[in-house]
Amino acid sequence: MIEVKNLTKYYGDKHAVDGISFSVKQGEILGFLGPNGAGKSTTMNILTGYISSTSGSVSIDGFDILDNPIEAKQKIGYLPELPPLYMDMTVQSYLGFVYDLKKCKIPKKQHIDEVCRRVKIDHVQNRLIKNLSKGYRQRVGMAQALIGNPEVLILDEPTVGLDPMQIIEIRDLIKVLGERHTVILSSHILSEVQAVCDRLVIINGGKIVADDTAESLTRKLSKDFRYIIRVEGPQADIQKTLSSIPGMKEVLFNGEKEPGAYEFSLESDPTLDIRREVFHRIVARNWTILSFRSTEMTLEDIFLQLTTGDSAAAEATLATADATADATADKEDEAPVEAPIEAVEVVNPETGEAEDVSKPLSAPEIIGETKDDTENGGEE
Amino acid sequence: MLSIFKREFNSYFTNPMGYVFLAVFYFFSGMYFSMILKYNTTDITVVFSYLFQVLMFIIPLLCMRLMSDEKRQKTDQLLLTSPVSITGLVMGKFLAALAIYAIGLAVTVVYAIILSFFATPEWAVIVGNIFGSLIMGAAMIAICLLISACTESQIIAAIGGLAAMLMLWLLENVASLLPDSLSWLGNALSQLSFSSRYDNFCQGILNIGDVLFYISAIVVFLFFNVRVIEKRRWS
Repeated sequence: MIEVKNLTKYYGDKHAVDGISFSVKQGEILGFLGPNGAGKSTTMNILTGYISSTSGSVSIDGFDILDNPIEAKQKIGYLPELPPLYMDMTVQSYLGFVYDLKKCKIPKKQHIDEVCRRVKIDHVQNRLIKNLSKGYRQRVGMAQALIGNPEVLILDEPTVGLDPMQIIEIRDLIKVLGERHTVILSSHILSEVQAVCDRLVIINGGKIVADDTAESLTRKLSKDFRYIIRVEGPQADIQKTLSSIPGMKEVLFNGEKEPGAYEFSLESDPTLDIRREVFHRIVARNWTILSFRSTEMTLEDIFLQLTTGDSAAAEATLATADATADATADKEDEAPVEAPIEAVEVVNPETGEAEDVSKPLSAPEIIGETKDDTENGGEE
Repeated sequence: MLSIFKREFNSYFTNPMGYVFLAVFYFFSGMYFSMILKYNTTDITVVFSYLFQVLMFIIPLLCMRLMSDEKRQKTDQLLLTSPVSITGLVMGKFLAALAIYAIGLAVTVVYAIILSFFATPEWAVIVGNIFGSLIMGAAMIAICLLISACTESQIIAAIGGLAAMLMLWLLENVASLLPDSLSWLGNALSQLSFSSRYDNFCQGILNIGDVLFYISAIVVFLFFNVRVIEKRRWS
């Protein structure tokens, strides 16, 4: 449906997009992920024909965006980062204008009403856009992209400015739309991409650093198995006992989290499942396990690993991951991992502090947010 | 193109711009017209020759928003990603401004009819005058539209348009200031003057050269406009 080949864009000397190639199949929801300034919006602007690439080609359903712009653009519904709204129009007249602009053939009134119902703006149809709140404006922008039932939807951060309830609604809408339309969705909100998209393209510094499903990325990039355990008992003895378990590579003391209870990070040999052994040894000494969880790599870890200083190493891991894919699969059989945990300590690249970056799936989060926000997210 | 024309045309009346333009236009043309009535003449030409100076000030205001605001509000993202050619986009906007101007100009027909109650006016001169004002105004709109496309600020577009209009008006004076050794340049400049060609229309002279001059000015500036927008996509 969408074919992107060797897309390159220079702004003066600045290399905004550097040889990006990917393709999207009919009915696929592709997540376009990257930190701010990675080239997401530039790529989307090129895909929709708003700006031209320096080199490379984009074709939408076989129509090149430069050679057959009219045919290609007819198939695209685009929601830019900032919804392109005329403030002095009412919602209805604005959507009517978009309808005319796209030369739609479907019955007008009926179609506009249906689109408005889908994004839940039917009760503000007669209000001026300048009097609407940001969330409503975003939804009018979404409606604008849906006008004419385009086969391809390109949405640049569609849930920005919406409240959590609306975000869930829009995500559900995107999922429904993905059944009939091809969707490209950009975001720096990882939980959103994880919840909605079939496939991820992670982009950093204008280059694609990963292109795969979320599950497969997680599997390829997690090399080690780590656990966090909280035990009530004498600290030094616990540490000694844990260290003596066969296959244990490292035991780190995290501190006294509750009175008399100590937390340790365990890193084990990936070929061995140490969980039963840990349990039996601790119980045999009459200590109490208060919590025990595995820290599978979450999408946040992957994202950080791929888009910060470690990216070279991470890419190398990805490259070799295919070669060791069988081994990984075996390893998974032996050591079934538990559900993703609720707290992960990750170093924030901006502040240098270790932070809890894990998030509940339903809440919007932005990497590098203030510590308070993320902590609140973790508690939910 | 039609959808863009319709939207632009309507937006002149959903915000004060269209009303202000028409009010100013009607006020000044009415003022000049009442002057003719006072001097007991049927020579409506005076109205048109004074109109040039009014247009000089209000056409830049009519056009300042057209292109610059799209860029500032990022609504050009909608227009340029829609299945509409850039030529269609520019033409739609040009015709919308021209339509507002034509509505203003239509009031002179009323003046002519009023005159016809007192004496038989020279209809040929009046038609020539109206036609001349229309295509000269269209050329001014094309120039101001181009200036609006070059900036994101309405104010800069308005000031730039005003400067361009003043330049066109003063081109002959500038030409006469040049020394004799540069007379070829002076000749060339005065050929480009909008006002001297407009005076021909006002005197009832329908010169095919003058008509072609304004029409080619419209075509050239609209073409530049398309290129400016096209160029922005490539930079």
